[in-house]
Amino acid sequence: MDAIRESEPTPMKNRTTVERTSERELVVTRTFDGPARLVFEAWTRPELFKQWWVPKSMGMSLLSCEMDVRVGGGYRLVFDLGDSKSMAFFGRYLEVAPHSRLVWTNDEGGDDGPVTTVTFEEKGGKTLLVMHELHPSKEALDAAGTGAAEAMVETFGQLDELLVALGTSMGRP
Amino acid sequence: MQTRLDDSFAALSAATRRGVLEQLGRSDASITDLAEKFHMTLTGMKKHVSVLEEAGLVTTEKVGRVRTCKLGPRRLEEETAWLEQYRQLWDARFDELEKVVERLKREEKIDGRN
Repeated sequence: MDAIRESEPTPMKNRTTVERTSERELVVTRTFDGPARLVFEAWTRPELFKQWWVPKSMGMSLLSCEMDVRVGGGYRLVFDLGDSKSMAFFGRYLEVAPHSRLVWTNDEGGDDGPVTTVTFEEKGGKTLLVMHELHPSKEALDAAGTGAAEAMVETFGQLDELLVALGTSMGRP
Repeated sequence: MQTRLDDSFAALSAATRRGVLEQLGRSDASITDLAEKFHMTLTGMKKHVSVLEEAGLVTTEKVGRVRTCKLGPRRLEEETAWLEQYRQLWDARFDELEKVVERLKREEKIDGRN
């Protein structure tokens, strides 16, 4: 319990929340201490976007980032996965309302990928950012949850190991 | 050869246990129900359930002659684990985004003075 408290950042830190609001929807929120105009810019200018989209803790890097931020325009992000492997994420913008709203498709997995909507709501010099992901089905969101987070696979791997270890120890006389 | 047999045995056990967890996610069940569902002997199922119980994934309660199994606290935590993982990813991203926004704000102030 203490360990959790100690590792918690200062109470001033803005909180990131994630909630599964329905079988097909996921909502992420965070407040930023700055006007919506600047937060929006950081989402739409590749040279700024590149600076935050891939935090060091992800253990990956971005090889390239192209964004044509207008309705019907496309984007393409290429990640370096190491061992000369890379992975591309791409889609197109469905809505672009400067400083307030961005909607795009995620087409790397085929035509029925999720649709992401980000809204920027300014209040008293701060911006509430709400990112909403709508998946085509419950199964798609379930799969995205377990699939995207590679570490989850690890968790299951560890679980299996634990079960096997416990099973083995129980098998002993 | 021995290793391979051990591995497949382990995988099979893991598959059954995972199946039991999925089943209990839908509804509580008695050991007899589970044994029938997975075409196993009562003794075999009891073993699997004890392993899951020891790991905190399942809890059991005996009422009369029936032992009812339900998901344990640890399994429930695991169901929300991927959401927490996702939250951590976005939290890390947004910490970086915050820095970018801070910098843009400072730059704007400087520009404003000029």
